[in-house]
Amino acid sequence: MPVSIDFPISKLKSFGVTALVLIGIGLLAYELPDILGKQVLNPEQHVTTVIWTGSVYSLFALGYALVFSILGVLNLSHSAVFMWGGYIGVMSVIRYDIPIYYTLPLAMLGGGLIGVAVDLVAFAPLRRRNAPRISQLISSLGASAVLVSLAQLEFGTSPERFPRTELKKLPYEATKAREYTVNSLGLDFRITPLQIAIIVIAFALMFLLQYLVARTRTGKAMRVVAFNQKVAGLLSISVGGIFRLTFFLAGALAGAAGVLYALAYPSLTPFTGDEMALKGLTVIVLGGLGSIRGAVLGGILVAAFEVYATAIGYSWLKDALPFVALFLILLFRPQGLLGEANVKRA
Amino acid sequence: MTVPLLEVKALSVSYGAIVALRGISFKVETGQVVTLIGANGAGKSTTLGTLSGLVKRRSGEIWFDGREISGMRPEKISRQGLVQVPEGRQIIAPMTVLENLQMGAYKRRDRTINQDIENIFARFPRLKERRRQKAGSLSGGEQQMLAVGRALMMRPRLLMLDEPSMGLAPLLVNEVFKIIEDIKAHGTTILLVEQNARKALKVADYAYVLERGTISHQGPAAELWNDPQIISAYLG
Repeated sequence: MPVSIDFPISKLKSFGVTALVLIGIGLLAYELPDILGKQVLNPEQHVTTVIWTGSVYSLFALGYALVFSILGVLNLSHSAVFMWGGYIGVMSVIRYDIPIYYTLPLAMLGGGLIGVAVDLVAFAPLRRRNAPRISQLISSLGASAVLVSLAQLEFGTSPERFPRTELKKLPYEATKAREYTVNSLGLDFRITPLQIAIIVIAFALMFLLQYLVARTRTGKAMRVVAFNQKVAGLLSISVGGIFRLTFFLAGALAGAAGVLYALAYPSLTPFTGDEMALKGLTVIVLGGLGSIRGAVLGGILVAAFEVYATAIGYSWLKDALPFVALFLILLFRPQGLLGEANVKRA
Repeated sequence: MTVPLLEVKALSVSYGAIVALRGISFKVETGQVVTLIGANGAGKSTTLGTLSGLVKRRSGEIWFDGREISGMRPEKISRQGLVQVPEGRQIIAPMTVLENLQMGAYKRRDRTINQDIENIFARFPRLKERRRQKAGSLSGGEQQMLAVGRALMMRPRLLMLDEPSMGLAPLLVNEVFKIIEDIKAHGTTILLVEQNARKALKVADYAYVLERGTISHQGPAAELWNDPQIISAYLG
């Protein structure tokens, strides 16, 4: 048997980077008080918050990464699809009395269809004319503005939320925080079953996507399209079909993230997407454009910056810190933490 | 009178103001090896690109197996068995050798895919040794074998090869032409585009000479082989 020399060093490296970043986030929670000489309550609590908000950021940012990795363009309407996903979830409960469980699949389907519509209207016509990527970027920004306006028209601008009465009907008193204490380790944190559900759903969807792209026949076809569209056509892969599927998947992720966001924060407006857009873009640049694992790590990292800034009493820094990190990463590792250096091979 | 497997009628292609093909017509009969030879920039790759649907034609018709395929999308054309091994091989570098072969069978649903992969490994033992390696780590010759193997996985009825000997060492060039003869012996029709006219004429049954977007000569390969004009221009 010939010895395989294809040892996955790159995988080992990305695993190492991920581990280092996560350990860093954990340690920082405990070291912050010493560094700053300030009292910070419950480091475990902050880690918990980082994980559940980060999982929503990651799930959301994954849609950018997916479209970017297959088409090589940033879809700036993704945040508007996310916002629509939130509204589909909330409004189906408020207006049509649909149980909260069904809002997730509904919003995913709705988000997916909106994503496909955006492709057909904002991207496909430009692709046919071989328009430069910057035109596609601007076109998607236009699509985003249209989606936000439509939401304003339909839902108004006052914040919406899942009705408390409906949330109370969830099992295990889902919105009520539980205290978890692990005495032997000295851990102590509070989390609601709903937050646990958010973490589980977000990571399950991210795992599914990773599995789809890495292991299935369709996922491999997506990777061929990402590698070279002409070759994909010669191999009987329908490039247009793969593009549509990509937009559907990204839209479905945005829809799911929208519902999870609306479950977590009681303040959905048509402009919620705009705030998330900046976070999401920071997430994928930190993690590495077009990298699925990178998006997951980036989401956790951005959440950590926000949570720690607040924890040490500098909540005014909350929105600035991720951009400081963005600036540093663009200086020292422009391909992102888990991104591969952009080397084109034959 | 049988219908040719491939018939191109008065095909014209231009890139903006630059005319690449000026109304060329040619045929490929079932079971033949037909070669399209000519200098760099004569329009050989443009011809194959247009046949595969990657390049838009300005005018003319392309008929494959009695159906007009001009204007169809690349994936529709390749599904009918008109398969191209593109210039520069274009194997999928970040995937393994095995995955590359599997992608050749992307649209197949039959149960003989694994058998076909074994057949290709039997034909190219080097690929079998490197089946788990990334295709980008193969040598130029191995990549060419992989590109041909991947195309064979699509069960082509007409295999179009674009400059298969390009950039290969002389020893490997001979190997590539042996492979072409072998594929022909198995009954696959071949349209071969080559700069290496000497080698191409040796394996081909019929040949067309492309010159600045038009067909300047054509005839059975053995005749062109003896044509003094061809000898001076291409076989020197």
